Amino acid sequence: MSSEAVRRTPAPPTGTYIGMPKFAKNAKVQLADQQLRKNLRKATGTIRAKRVDRVAEVPEWEELRLAGEAIKNRTLRHLDTYLVQLEESLVRNGAKVHWARDAAEANAIVVELVKAKGVDEVVKVKSMATQEIDLNEALEEAGIAAWETDLAELIVQLGHDRPSHILVPAIHRNRSEVREIFLREMKLYGTPAPTDLTDEPVVLAAAARTHLREKFLRAKVAISGANFAIAETGTLVVVESEGNGRMCLTLPDTLISVVGIEKTLPTVADLEVFMRLLPRSSTGERMNPYTSMWNGVTPGDGPQEVHVVLIDNGRTKVLADPDGRAALRCIRCSACLNICPVYERVGGHAYGSVYPGPIGAVLTPQLRGTTSDIDKSLPFASTLCGACFEVCPVRIPIPDMLVHMRHKVADEKRHHVGVEQTAIAVAGWALSSSKHFELVQRVAMLAGRVLPGRTHLGPLPWPAAPWTNARDLPMPPTESFRAWWKRTRGESA
Amino acid sequence: MNAREEILNRVRGALGDVVQPDSAVDVPIPWVYGRPTAMPDILERFVEMTVDYKAVVRRVPAAGVPAAVAEMLVAAGVGSAVLPVGLDEAWCAAIAAAGITVHRDEPPLSNKELNAIDAVVTASAVSIAETGTIVLDHADNQGRRALTLVPDTHLVVVRADQVVSDVPEAVGRLAAAVTGGSPLTWISGGSATSDIELIRVEGVHGPRTLLVVLAE
Ligand code: SF4
Repeated sequence: MSSEAVRRTPAPPTGTYIGMPKFAKNAKVQLADQQLRKNLRKATGTIRAKRVDRVAEVPEWEELRLAGEAIKNRTLRHLDTYLVQLEESLVRNGAKVHWARDAAEANAIVVELVKAKGVDEVVKVKSMATQEIDLNEALEEAGIAAWETDLAELIVQLGHDRPSHILVPAIHRNRSEVREIFLREMKLYGTPAPTDLTDEPVVLAAAARTHLREKFLRAKVAISGANFAIAETGTLVVVESEGNGRMCLTLPDTLISVVGIEKTLPTVADLEVFMRLLPRSSTGERMNPYTSMWNGVTPGDGPQEVHVVLIDNGRTKVLADPDGRAALRCIRCSACLNICPVYERVGGHAYGSVYPGPIGAVLTPQLRGTTSDIDKSLPFASTLCGACFEVCPVRIPIPDMLVHMRHKVADEKRHHVGVEQTAIAVAGWALSSSKHFELVQRVAMLAGRVLPGRTHLGPLPWPAAPWTNARDLPMPPTESFRAWWKRTRGESA
Repeated sequence: MNAREEILNRVRGALGDVVQPDSAVDVPIPWVYGRPTAMPDILERFVEMTVDYKAVVRRVPAAGVPAAVAEMLVAAGVGSAVLPVGLDEAWCAAIAAAGITVHRDEPPLSNKELNAIDAVVTASAVSIAETGTIVLDHADNQGRRALTLVPDTHLVVVRADQVVSDVPEAVGRLAAAVTGGSPLTWISGGSATSDIELIRVEGVHGPRTLLVVLAE
């Protein structure tokens, strides 16, 4: 059932993330895409400004961040205890708990559960965990259509595309592209778009509402992730905007939630910290439009068969490195993406992972290991400017961790004989601290003065080559990149 | 070894550096839970924030709720409404008297039947001034979750004594419902998306119109 003709859902682009070339190459392709750069600049700029306003309204913001960091650290450092407690609570609530060591095992569990219900389609709430394990394709191979119901995810799915941002996955598409996709694809998979469809966002959203309503009303099985899983009560929490989450969590008879083991929180009370940190950091709202919390099966209300699949898929590897562990605190708010100068220029696709931006650059190589070209290059996809740490609601020291990962990559390289060996190792040093980095950058500026007439720096010679090869920096005249960024953004956390 | 045992073993193996077995002693949380947020007037703030989400809000004395509910539904052009089984009988009577077709959820309506009804009217559990959030715990006067999701208009009645300053107080008040197994729905304005060019569109899948009666 692998040929195009029998597919139930739109085919995603060919190729796998892991087979992607290194960040440098991807970035060059993406940098050439003017539309992408324009959309990204506008989008990240808008969200950044809203976040700053919403954070400024909370005088105890720093205290909240410290609390968020501590609660996550407490959970991670005693994760075995909390996982056992979470399982007990879920079972008490009538949920069935499954454990999956890796993506293949998680997919097999979900496929079996869906097959057992005798259905050939499911509705899905946007979920990073299911993207990470590529669940949609596993379902497709089993002849089951998985319908994405978040508007942006729908645009991505119907566009035969991949998400480029955690929060606004279709940020790389503009309204006229969305209109074209809806007109061309909706009719192939259900309720068609109206023929007089305009490119007004409100009209496009209405078309999505009509297209999906039919699917919501007939769906027997839904698949979700969870933002938080409360060990004390077995409560799962989904934070969303559009109501597609509520539809999936409420209308079908069976609900399957795929939850990374690091999503655990100890108590309900902890939500008072995270329900303040997440919306303000993420969409720059005081509160997101809808949040659903449920405790397994509620008799007479919502799905009467509830499954929770707890997945490892590399998380215990991250946990095992005390210097890398903090990456598991991430609540996927995407503030670090929106503030990142590298992300703003290249977009999410270049990172070769469902987790793009600064957090992706530290998390992906830890989850997947550093054997592929793309994963080896990710820790270098940063300027170490530090903005990501300043905005992170759970205070993940991303720049320090990137440096840590660079050393790891360089150390692994040392065991191989190859021309890259010295370059990577030395670049690891050059980029290992902001001081070293600025030194390299001053050399670059000198180069700028010595080579008048050139508008782009292009690849710097060894030892900075692994970094500048990815960048094609505009010639920095007199000011360092970090200084320029700080000055032109004028933002702090 | 089954997956559960193996994952738990991996976790334990990964945490070799953690020597303190008591999580609370190992990592103290520098935070005092449940504190209110200071603000000049909680109800004022609640109304301001809720209106900011483009909800329609009306403040009335408690005795004026049935009339206000009926008037707001009529003004919104609602022809039919589903009412949860435990809804205040005086509100139900006023809605029926206004000429609105009333559906009760007994026996439970199908998803398709709900989809053909214009509006739903409910009470609520807790509301949060600072964020303009209304929380349902789906008690009998709010009904099961599908009722407040499928119809396109949701009219919700909030009692003044249910409004707290901020999220921490709200979570404190809601803890008992969660522990008791109730699902919660937090509603901050109507359904919305900013997925296309970050332009905010009010109303995607949930109710596109949110009407709020604040009873004082
Ligand atoms: S690393 Fe921090 S800022 Fe980035 S997505 Fe995760 S929680 Fe948000």
